[in-house]
Amino acid sequence: MQIWEPEYECMPREEIEQLQLERLQATLNRVYKNVTCYRTRFKEMGIVPEDVRSLADLAKLPFTTKEDLRLNYPYGMFAVPLREVVRIHSSSGTTGKPTVVGYTKHDLKVWSSLVARFMTAAGVNSDDVVQIAFGYGLFTGAFGLHYGSEMIGASVIPMGAGNTEKQIMIMQDYRTTALVSTPSYAVTIAERMEKMGIDPKGLTLKVGLFGGEPWSEAMRREIEERLGITATDNYGLSEVIGPGVAGECLCKRGMHISEDHFIAEIIDPDTGAVLPPGSVGELVLTSLTKEAFPMVRYRTRDITSLDYEKCDCGRTMVRMKKTMGRSDDMLIIKGVNVYPSQIEDVLFAIEGCQPHYQLVVDRKGALDTLEIRIEVTENIFFDEMKKQKAFLDKVEKKIDSVLGVGAVVKLVEPNSIPRAEGKACRVIDNRKI
Amino acid sequence: MLKIKNINAYYGKVHALKNVSLHLKAGEIVTLIGANGAGKTTLLNTLSGIIPTASGEILLEGKNIVGQAADRVVSLGLSQVPEGRQVFNPLMVEENLELGAYLRYRAGGQRSEIAADLERMYQMFPRLKERRRQAAGTLSGGEQQMLAIGRALMARPKLLLLDEPSMGLAPLVVQDIFRVIERLRSEEGTTILLVEQNARAALKVADRGYVLETGKVILEGKASELLENKDVQRAYLGRDKKEIWER
Repeated sequence: MQIWEPEYECMPREEIEQLQLERLQATLNRVYKNVTCYRTRFKEMGIVPEDVRSLADLAKLPFTTKEDLRLNYPYGMFAVPLREVVRIHSSSGTTGKPTVVGYTKHDLKVWSSLVARFMTAAGVNSDDVVQIAFGYGLFTGAFGLHYGSEMIGASVIPMGAGNTEKQIMIMQDYRTTALVSTPSYAVTIAERMEKMGIDPKGLTLKVGLFGGEPWSEAMRREIEERLGITATDNYGLSEVIGPGVAGECLCKRGMHISEDHFIAEIIDPDTGAVLPPGSVGELVLTSLTKEAFPMVRYRTRDITSLDYEKCDCGRTMVRMKKTMGRSDDMLIIKGVNVYPSQIEDVLFAIEGCQPHYQLVVDRKGALDTLEIRIEVTENIFFDEMKKQKAFLDKVEKKIDSVLGVGAVVKLVEPNSIPRAEGKACRVIDNRKI
Repeated sequence: MLKIKNINAYYGKVHALKNVSLHLKAGEIVTLIGANGAGKTTLLNTLSGIIPTASGEILLEGKNIVGQAADRVVSLGLSQVPEGRQVFNPLMVEENLELGAYLRYRAGGQRSEIAADLERMYQMFPRLKERRRQAAGTLSGGEQQMLAIGRALMARPKLLLLDEPSMGLAPLVVQDIFRVIERLRSEEGTTILLVEQNARAALKVADRGYVLETGKVILEGKASELLENKDVQRAYLGRDKKEIWER
């Protein structure tokens, strides 16, 4: 098994911790000097960077949340002048302001090498032909994997998302050996191949690197079986760096977090208290080397646990389990982050009042579907079918443009949505992940 | 090799080092860069026991050397080449070198071993051999610097601290000094902590670097990465950069 940067990935724990402390202290000195948000927050709490004398002292510092990033839209959290930023990405837009993240030249280099690490761990090398079926654009996913592949020396096919039949044709003709996509899209590809009468086992495809949404071991087995490949998971979020925070090795027993670049903590999402190693809780990440957009204790809202046991692959970096859910109400539908509040805002904007609604998420085959049920009120009552149809179309269009995900909108009888303590039960997720 | 955690040091009332943590691996050259008064020399003096450490730990091969007297620190394997050479002017070159091995001699070191090391120094610095009987004060600045390095090496240090070795020297001589530093690593495998005003030259020869600002570490990284860093370029490599923030 190849290791991309063994001098870091296989560091003894004691050395990792020394390096983390040094880099943490340097990061805090820099953000305190350069980022107003952190400085005011630390001052309010009566903290100076010098108060952090050990990794455990990190717990004294305040969390950073997505809300903080929105409040500092667009460049407020940057720690370098804009002229030093060479790339700007943005996280999935919401009804409010999206969050903007920046990279210096050095940040891009680090990002590429972090992706190269997990791609190498998944078995990719310079002989591979990597087909990237993530959407390019403001999302970080495609670019991260793109740069990582190039750094390894693999041949990159920047396909982008969608257009399944063309994906399959290219996969056949260009002799793709590694597929990068969301896990559900991999299933879509497998299904389409079956329909087209193509035997995936006759292809050159051998590995799949899947991320961007939570998936189960059962789904892994299904993908591996149907496509005849080895499938590994990887994790990242644009607020922290994008893909490359963590990735699985071929032992497939959790994703190694690159601890020389990030400190991972697990907290109780309700109290914010740091939980002992092995506990299940919300993942909190602190960046150690980022220049343009350093992050101190970012609440990822992803629920997972950390495993410090030694891994058979030789890497000493801690492993995080597959994410088991969210500590907020965010849904991931077709790889896109969706908050029920966004839908609420859309309905409110159209109606002028808040209707009772319910979201039903399901998975047909491998693709997620979203159905929005709205209770009929006096405001939304139509005796004409035509008007009703026009109303539903309008809502669907608006939802599609705001979320970036299509939804089916249905009107239901008043009081047919069950209420729990006066509040409607907003989300029904029927997907078996 | 060396591991420092949270050291604090004061010059009178001035808090000169604030929670500095850093490490060196065996065989590494690490450089400290920073403006005047950033705390670079203070850090070296704290390590070698010249300035007391107010708090924190300094582990040399696992042993805490905080609070040890300077001579004890030398026998534990840490030698410093001080800023401005500080050779013993009236003494001969050879006597200066022999003094470097004084603690070894006192501890019962073999005279033959010390003599062999003296020969090694003469091989490394042929100019010193030519001038072995000359008073150190009559040497040129560059030669004195070689002598100061040679004197420190005579203690057979595991870790060598170099404070501003190029200070006040002509550009050509500076090149010689940096060549010596490279040779020390490649031929002797010496671990070196280097403080330099000439940040560019230091980063070219070093593996890693730490950037100090008003007693605090603000950056750690591979030397090649620090050379590319805009903050470092602006502050220490003499690139002209405007500090205008566009929001």
